[in-house]
Amino acid sequence: MTKTVIPLHQVTIRFAGDSGDGMQLTGDRFTMDTASLGNDISTLPNFPAEIRAPQGTLPGVSSFQLHFADHHIQTPGDAPDVLVAMNPAALKANIKELQRGAMIIVDSDEFTTRNLSKVGYETNPLEDGSLDSFKLHPVALTSITVAALAELNVARKDAERSKNMFALGLLTWMYHRPTEATEKFLAAKFGKKPEVLAANMAAFKAGWNYGETTEDFAVSYEIAPAKMPPGTYRNMSGNVAMAYGLIAGSKRSNLKLFLGSYPITPASDILHELSKHKKFGVITFQAEDEIAAVGSALGASYGGALGVTTTSGPGLALKTEMIGLAVMLELPLIIIDVQRGGPSTGLPTKTEQADLLQAMFGRNGESPAVVIAPSTATDCFAIALDAVRIATTYRVPVFILSDGYIANGTEPWKIPNVDDLPDLRVEFAKTQENFMPYERDPITLARPWAIPGTKGMEHRIGGVEKADKTGEISYDPTNHDLMVRLRAAKVAGITVPDLEVDDPSNDAKVLVLGWGSTFGPIAAAIEALRENGQKVAQAHLRYINPFPKNLGEVLAKYDRVLVPEMNMGQLAMLLKSEFLKDITGYNKVRGLPFSTSELMEAIMVVLND
Amino acid sequence: MTDLVLTKKDFTSDQEVKWCPGCGDYSILSTVQGYLPELGVPRENVVFISGIGCSSRFPYYLETFGIHSVHGRAPTLATGLAISRPDLTVFVITGDGDSLSIGGNHLIHALRRNVNLKILLFNNRIYGLTKGQYSPTSEQGKITKSTPAGSLDTPFNPISLALGAEATFVARSIDSDRKHLTEMLRAASAHKGSALIEIYQNCPIFNDDAFQIVKDGETKSAAILQLVHGQPIKSATHGVIYKEGGLQVVPLDSVSESDLVIHNANTPDPTYAFALSRLSSSILEHVPVGVFRDVERAEYGGLVNDQVADAIKTQGAGDLSKLLAGTDTWVVK
Ligand SMILES: Cc1ncc(C[n+]2csc(CCOP(=O)(O)OP(=O)(O)O)c2C)c(N)n1
Ligand code: SF4
Ligand SMILES: [Mg+2]
Repeated sequence: MTKTVIPLHQVTIRFAGDSGDGMQLTGDRFTMDTASLGNDISTLPNFPAEIRAPQGTLPGVSSFQLHFADHHIQTPGDAPDVLVAMNPAALKANIKELQRGAMIIVDSDEFTTRNLSKVGYETNPLEDGSLDSFKLHPVALTSITVAALAELNVARKDAERSKNMFALGLLTWMYHRPTEATEKFLAAKFGKKPEVLAANMAAFKAGWNYGETTEDFAVSYEIAPAKMPPGTYRNMSGNVAMAYGLIAGSKRSNLKLFLGSYPITPASDILHELSKHKKFGVITFQAEDEIAAVGSALGASYGGALGVTTTSGPGLALKTEMIGLAVMLELPLIIIDVQRGGPSTGLPTKTEQADLLQAMFGRNGESPAVVIAPSTATDCFAIALDAVRIATTYRVPVFILSDGYIANGTEPWKIPNVDDLPDLRVEFAKTQENFMPYERDPITLARPWAIPGTKGMEHRIGGVEKADKTGEISYDPTNHDLMVRLRAAKVAGITVPDLEVDDPSNDAKVLVLGWGSTFGPIAAAIEALRENGQKVAQAHLRYINPFPKNLGEVLAKYDRVLVPEMNMGQLAMLLKSEFLKDITGYNKVRGLPFSTSELMEAIMVVLND
Repeated sequence: MTDLVLTKKDFTSDQEVKWCPGCGDYSILSTVQGYLPELGVPRENVVFISGIGCSSRFPYYLETFGIHSVHGRAPTLATGLAISRPDLTVFVITGDGDSLSIGGNHLIHALRRNVNLKILLFNNRIYGLTKGQYSPTSEQGKITKSTPAGSLDTPFNPISLALGAEATFVARSIDSDRKHLTEMLRAASAHKGSALIEIYQNCPIFNDDAFQIVKDGETKSAAILQLVHGQPIKSATHGVIYKEGGLQVVPLDSVSESDLVIHNANTPDPTYAFALSRLSSSILEHVPVGVFRDVERAEYGGLVNDQVADAIKTQGAGDLSKLLAGTDTWVVK
């Protein structure tokens, strides 16, 4: 049988199944094989807060979405073109997001009366016509996998567990992905368990052959490589990029990296990643709580290390008082908050941007700290490096506000050349007469970093207000006022790049200004609107405290400024109070990144206003 | 380190000491300043880290490095510093409220990890700095500003708590006993890992004479059970014997000298030191003073740094280019 091959520009696929079905692994493998073909990619894993919710239920559904294209893309895609649903729960949880005409591949073996009733299907959607507007492919995934493995003498349970590889094989065939890398990956992963390896390998091949031979799948698709700047690429998530940025920062500053951390979703992977890299001299310390985590990092900084702590919102709340001490001690400290839905435990595995004001103001007293935010997964690398620059040059606490979306999402990363990374070497204070621990550098206003072990430099510091220059305890009213202003001036004076505005028409009236992980969705929406002939400008803030020096000017140039945020208007509040500018917010807190289409709509509302 | 001829004066900072007249903190400060030259560590390699409280002002008065940090959190900073700078000698200064109330979590974890910290717990059984509320070591029924009808909580026995937290070195001393406290500092410094010294400290303002029984010439010799390694455990009038699977204090004239327990601070089983710690009640009828426990266990910072060194030895020092390049890559021309 000859099969048709249709070329496509882009596809969005969502793999969905039970938490135990291996959907994340399946998605990861498909991503790697797709990346190696040179497509641009963007991924979005979405998993439940419960580790293993009851099998086959809606709360237990885990999914992985991948958007890939023959051109540059900004987001993991809105509605999936293809849904792979491993059971009725996965179908039910995702069907609302599909558009008419989308392809649905389901494991029909799982659509038993019992499983259907678990999720409240009264009739079988595969048979009752409710999916008529979709391209439905019921495949007896489980039984074909088990049959394919019959000769291998594997337990039925192990055979069933390999069905995700069958699905991967089928999709690999459908989109003409190479098979070698997955085969190599499986060999490495299951090398020590030959039966499991054989089962996975056979299932993967069976899936591929199923596509090739059955009539159910008459069409396969090709997506040409995207035009990307030349270089060597790898797929990269925000959390790993952050960890790499910290290691790079440690290398380039020649400071020992010390991470004090307490596990919390979605930040733990930075701790996990860094703990693997001891050969870089990295010390990771899993503390008894978040206070100890940040305290240990600050203690390490005091000793001349690069002190870092990683957490999410609830943990940041606990670190508050110690960060205040860091403001007083004027020592380098990097605090990474991978934001998730709040308040309290909130939505632990979902994304949100609602810790901005906590980072800005969540301390007692006048307590300024630096706040910066990566705009994409791979930007986490650059932002971590810049946090090292700012923290060590100015001796201040620096917050990096990442979030669950870019922390777990991936995109291609052009691997940088190490020699092109900034030189971040620092100088500790050297032995000197009449040393004054709070005498400031006239340009940066930083105080000396005088570490223990430096002869003749013994001195005491602490959280009690200090006299200017000498650093001795001082309750003098004028001195306190002066020190508050000095600490503020130091942060306000930090050098950050000017805000760049992307306005090809050069006469847009509306500016869309974002911060953090909304960059991709905003850029995608604006690109689409410009293709429709709309004039709209885009700018994205990576530096929130201090703001870029030209921000006021930029805002003044536009009649309307729209600020989409995954919170109730926190950046908008800062902008309004700083610049007395009317800001239009677009605010959603659904635990999901913005979709391109909703942003297009929101921008159109302002354009037509 | 014989070329170091430092004196007590070298360890005395130029800051005016601001505790209340008669505060036990003065004598502790003087003893520590007097002991530090003997420690043989250059001043720049000594760091004192404290929390918040009257006692936590201590670092300001020492000519060493020091941090006056956050209430209860001194062990956290000290842990980060001690792990990343194993060349330093790090002391933690803390009060009974600082270490056993707000900072209880950090104290127990520093002890179980056996971080190389010398922790001096100034126990005045009261919140001094906040002007006299009861503390976690105040005896039940304590009348204070916050407990006019008497406190209801059962107090902590800091020694028992430390032992329960897997401490490898635990001792008790008294602010006014310079000689004894110096001995305890010496023993703590010789110990590798965490060492906790509980120091009974008088607060003449809010809890005067809380420890009078163990200080007063007339009562102290009977109350203090001296813990001396290799010696029978006894006071002037009482001794400690094994009884019914535990330890008991009995009048000396009711037993023969050979029945007394010979103190062995190196006893591996912590139940021995724990039983000793239970001999003191909050009315201080009998108070063991000295080193309860001194056993060897790998020091935490050493273990951490060994893992790093081992990774470098077996895998070679990290190569940043290689790390960034990874293994799963593709090339765009
Ligand atoms: C977070 C916080 N809570 C409360 C206080 C107020 N406070 C300061 S010291 C202290 C208790 C001190 O008691 P203790 O640790 O026994 O030290 P002492 O003054 O008796 O030496 C309290 C409650 C504080 N400084 N910080
Ligand atoms: S209040 Fe008590 S503990 Fe505090 S300085 Fe005065 S006497 Fe010492
Ligand atoms: Mg006290």
